[in-house]
Amino acid sequence: MVREIEKEAGIPVVQIATIVPIMLTVGANRIVPGVAIPHPVGDPESGPEGDRKKRRELLQRAFKAMSTEIKEQTIFKD
Amino acid sequence: MRLELHNALVKEIQWGEKTSLKDNVLYVNREEAIEVVAADENFADVQLELARPGESVRIIPVKDVVEPRIKLEGGTSFFPGFCAPMEPVGEGVTFVLKGASVITCGPIVAFQEGFIDMSGPASPYNPFSETFNVVIVAEPVADLEKHAYERSLREAGLKLSVYLADQCKGTKADNVEVFDKGSIVEENNKYPDLPKITYFCMSITQGLLHDTFLYGADMKSIVPTLVHPNEILDGAMVSGNCVSACDKNTTFHHVNDPIVLELYKRHGKEINFIGVIPTLESTVLAGKERTTWMNANLARQLGADGVVISEEGYGNPDTDLCMNAKKCEDWGIKTVVISDEAAGVDGSSQGLADATPEMDGFVSAGNVNEMIEVPAMDKIIGFPEAIAYLSGGASDSLREDGSMYVELQSIIGSTNELGFSKLGCEWV
Amino acid sequence: MTYRVVHYINQFYAGMGGEDTAHVPPSSRDGIVGPGLQLQNLLQGEAEVIGTVICGDSYYGENMEKAQAECIEMIKAFKPDMLIAGPGFNAGRYGVACGDICAAAGEMLGIPTVTALYGENPGVEMYHKKTYIVETSDSARGMRDALSRMVTLALKLLKKEKLGTARFEGYIHRGIRKSFFHEKSGAERGVDMLLKKIRGEAFETELEMPVFKKIDPAAPIADLSKVTIALCTSGGIVPFGNPDHIRVSSAEKFGKYNISELKDLTSENYESIHGGYDRVYANDNPDVVLPLDIMREMEKEGVFAKLHDFVYCTTGTGTAVANAEGFGQAIGKELKEAGVDAVILTST
Repeated sequence: MVREIEKEAGIPVVQIATIVPIMLTVGANRIVPGVAIPHPVGDPESGPEGDRKKRRELLQRAFKAMSTEIKEQTIFKD
Repeated sequence: MRLELHNALVKEIQWGEKTSLKDNVLYVNREEAIEVVAADENFADVQLELARPGESVRIIPVKDVVEPRIKLEGGTSFFPGFCAPMEPVGEGVTFVLKGASVITCGPIVAFQEGFIDMSGPASPYNPFSETFNVVIVAEPVADLEKHAYERSLREAGLKLSVYLADQCKGTKADNVEVFDKGSIVEENNKYPDLPKITYFCMSITQGLLHDTFLYGADMKSIVPTLVHPNEILDGAMVSGNCVSACDKNTTFHHVNDPIVLELYKRHGKEINFIGVIPTLESTVLAGKERTTWMNANLARQLGADGVVISEEGYGNPDTDLCMNAKKCEDWGIKTVVISDEAAGVDGSSQGLADATPEMDGFVSAGNVNEMIEVPAMDKIIGFPEAIAYLSGGASDSLREDGSMYVELQSIIGSTNELGFSKLGCEWV
Repeated sequence: MTYRVVHYINQFYAGMGGEDTAHVPPSSRDGIVGPGLQLQNLLQGEAEVIGTVICGDSYYGENMEKAQAECIEMIKAFKPDMLIAGPGFNAGRYGVACGDICAAAGEMLGIPTVTALYGENPGVEMYHKKTYIVETSDSARGMRDALSRMVTLALKLLKKEKLGTARFEGYIHRGIRKSFFHEKSGAERGVDMLLKKIRGEAFETELEMPVFKKIDPAAPIADLSKVTIALCTSGGIVPFGNPDHIRVSSAEKFGKYNISELKDLTSENYESIHGGYDRVYANDNPDVVLPLDIMREMEKEGVFAKLHDFVYCTTGTGTAVANAEGFGQAIGKELKEAGVDAVILTST
């Protein structure tokens, strides 16, 4: 899905998900590793504040990913 | 370690005054059996039903299936950590009601439940159309939290199966199967030239209706470990119900694990079966990395030449499957995986979420998306409208005449990845 | 009844000449020509070759649309029950013509079609999904064997008999997976396969590892503060009540939901219907899968210009890759038309 959106629209698509190998396999170009399968962009176990903080951090990383020139599939770890 | 399974064959099931086995007929005292499970305060209502092979009966939504067993020697009760105290299993004598099953059914907990037809086109796809079944239909009290409801139903199935076996255990067995295998050192000395084979039993460990228990421990919280194959056959593993119905390993599947039985059959002849590694499918990447490294390393420490790897579920566990295969192959340990495919309703889609070139020995248990039309049944045990919410069903699956048009994945055990059935998938 | 078969061959097998006559346009003759004689014999009266359509390889290759249309008219005139083309062995242009005319006849005339080609013939890659291609040797030395296997398959198709696997029936598979019951259980097949692998013997996997497609990365965003960003998810987050009845697994569609009035997803307005994970967290706070709350905050802070008014949602579990690709294409097209500059897609 991620690959086809990027191909069709010609715009950067950042995928946030937990299982990085699957994203690499299906052809996502800009990859941000998520927290866990049931909550990829949050950390509910650390309470409401920790959860929101984690979400903000991951989104900031996504913004960085979409603003970065890349030549190949890239994992944005920080 | 020596385990004897004393199989008493069940060829018919009826309600009776006393729960007992007589001339291969299992009689069940309905009221007494209901009492065994109805004491749970989480249940508002408990009903029992019988379902026999060939009957026009549909059971829906099914959570788990359990084979009635009990220890006669070398232990107490069955299922350590649940019905039995925390004690090792795999030795002594176990009594089995072979041909009978306890099936748990009740209003939907989540999407990962399925159905069983006792006759018709769906029946060859599940092994429980061939067993004589006692079905528990339990309704939860209002607003019961879902994890609590799941636990109560899971334990109800275990309790009832132990009760049935306990009441019948005085009956003489029709046949005895012996599983006898020493320590790894002993077997290595006996069979120095046979290839050493182990087995990774990948188990879903991802939360509600995606959990598996080993000696009562929620496997989410453990790291992979080595067990003797007898322990698997003697109730060490319990299903915390399901993933999609098609490829969940029910508790019945675990005690009858076909990979364990197949490897045992060839032990001392073609192979040296060095043990089973029950392992997990984590929800986080670090967990997947950790467990697959530990599996491969355990295999290496054991000097394994080859490993059979079974998956449970599909989607993200495909990554665990790839990692297990790749890490073993990289260390020179040969692998074969048993998995299924989500190849789309028409079979023309790529069927795996993840792939790796090392996974070159792949046994396919079928396409979970393949469609099947099933006719109406005379009797429904449970809640037919649940099909709208199950994986493999849809809001329009159930037609007015009671027939259904569904994916194979809504049938319990249809594409079981322990390779329990003969179903497979091929190119056309 | 005797089935009516039309046979397609090239100028060479029709005895019209080799490369020098490869430009001859299509022609039609009653009855058998060239290898049609052997074909007729093998059919043993169960079917009859009632006509032969012949076309020069270069003519077909250089005027594909025209040649196809002309040949189809000639084939149609025979009112056939089936088309058999070739065998084309490893002849490139002939193989493509055989594949193309079979695919066209199947689609336009609604009749079964069979051809026979060498595995590496370019016609195989192009047409194996649209017709039955029996695998042959690379040259006409294998004519008899090829014709005999084509006839076996052709008669089954004509009689509408149930076909076994591609491997069993001897044709190059059409890219479709189908479930069958084997003689042995999966466990037994698995152990058999492992032992062969360990002994270094040949073994046949039941699913070759797929090759996934890759694309070049799109150009990055130059100025974040000016862009519109859209949110998508395959994590099964939908408005409470699942108004579009998106499936809990094996999704066949995606939902498009207006979030322009929403600041936060809660257990009251949205929910998870994904069949593949424990939904307790996501139902309690859907933002942990579809991060609307923080996106709104950052929009307000001016980190980026605007959050697109619509989110796109589906479930990823058990969903066929072909469906997922289709969703991606449809969503990509809409986002492009809406002037969206970048996408954040979350998956579970």
